[in-house]
Amino acid sequence: MTQDLCAALIDRAVAAITEHAAELTELDQAIGDGDHGINMARGFGAIAEQGEALAALPLNQALQKAGMALVMKVGGASGPLYGSLLMSMGKALPEAPASLADVSAAVAEGVAAVQKRGRSAPGEKTMLEVLVPVLQAMQADDGNDLPATLTRLRAIADEGLESTRPMQATKGRASYLGERSVGHLDPGARSSALLVHAAADVLEERL
Amino acid sequence: MSKKVGIVIVSHSPDVAKGTADMVRQMVGEDVRVAACGGDPAGGLGTDVAKILAAIDEVYGDAGVAVLVDLGGAETNTEMAIEMLDGDRQDKVVICNAPIVEGAVMAATEASGGGTLDEVRATAEELSP
Repeated sequence: MTQDLCAALIDRAVAAITEHAAELTELDQAIGDGDHGINMARGFGAIAEQGEALAALPLNQALQKAGMALVMKVGGASGPLYGSLLMSMGKALPEAPASLADVSAAVAEGVAAVQKRGRSAPGEKTMLEVLVPVLQAMQADDGNDLPATLTRLRAIADEGLESTRPMQATKGRASYLGERSVGHLDPGARSSALLVHAAADVLEERL
Repeated sequence: MSKKVGIVIVSHSPDVAKGTADMVRQMVGEDVRVAACGGDPAGGLGTDVAKILAAIDEVYGDAGVAVLVDLGGAETNTEMAIEMLDGDRQDKVVICNAPIVEGAVMAATEASGGGTLDEVRATAEELSP
């Protein structure tokens, strides 16, 4: 069961990133250096290559190994950012997470690692515009109606993504553009929203 | 093991990294160890944690290592690489907040004169706004 969950999460996350790689690159060409899709596809391709080995591990160990693959293979800032997210989540997750609270405690560690790595806070037009509201919604949720929770988390991820459009970037390459970064979605927020959807879809099918 | 601070140059472009190291060697000489790395794991523009770790290893000595980086991802990936070093090495590898070419030359000049890691970083960072 756990192995099946792990394999499904890997498959869906890899598919979400590779299928949207061109879109991520297009978003990044508008306000960054235009490599987000290529880099993420390479990183998640490395995860896919280790897919069978990862799926044989408990979820917490698989997350740490997948995070390390991103760190070593992405080649841009998103490698350490997403790598730290997954590695810190993996370290905090019990071998057999039993509740939404277990998962949200792990996500909290992951999001804290992203903030520390990027020296960033919400409001700076980054992946945190998606991750922080999703985390807060998980922490506020009693976990009694998981289908509704998953539906809500997807919607919150989408709202968070959309909230980056009017923002002016103050972190990363996009900050060089100043006011010209306004009016574009943040590519990192887009990839984060894709991953939230992928994870929520997989979990929903298993409820 | 060298008593002088080693210099690592991390650029998105292997050519920029190599060119910067060439300038350092020509202007400061060969008595400071300089390692350059650039390019993502697939050979495109970007940076690569594994290459950064190898570059730090190449010049590492008791005096420590000063790292010069170009843009965002180079810094993030270098921070990641430093955290992956053995515990006792982590405190002896620092990123200089300085322009990559000028900073590397200034840092290497200070290092060749026997400056400590703090002095090397401070000299490179005098160039920062």
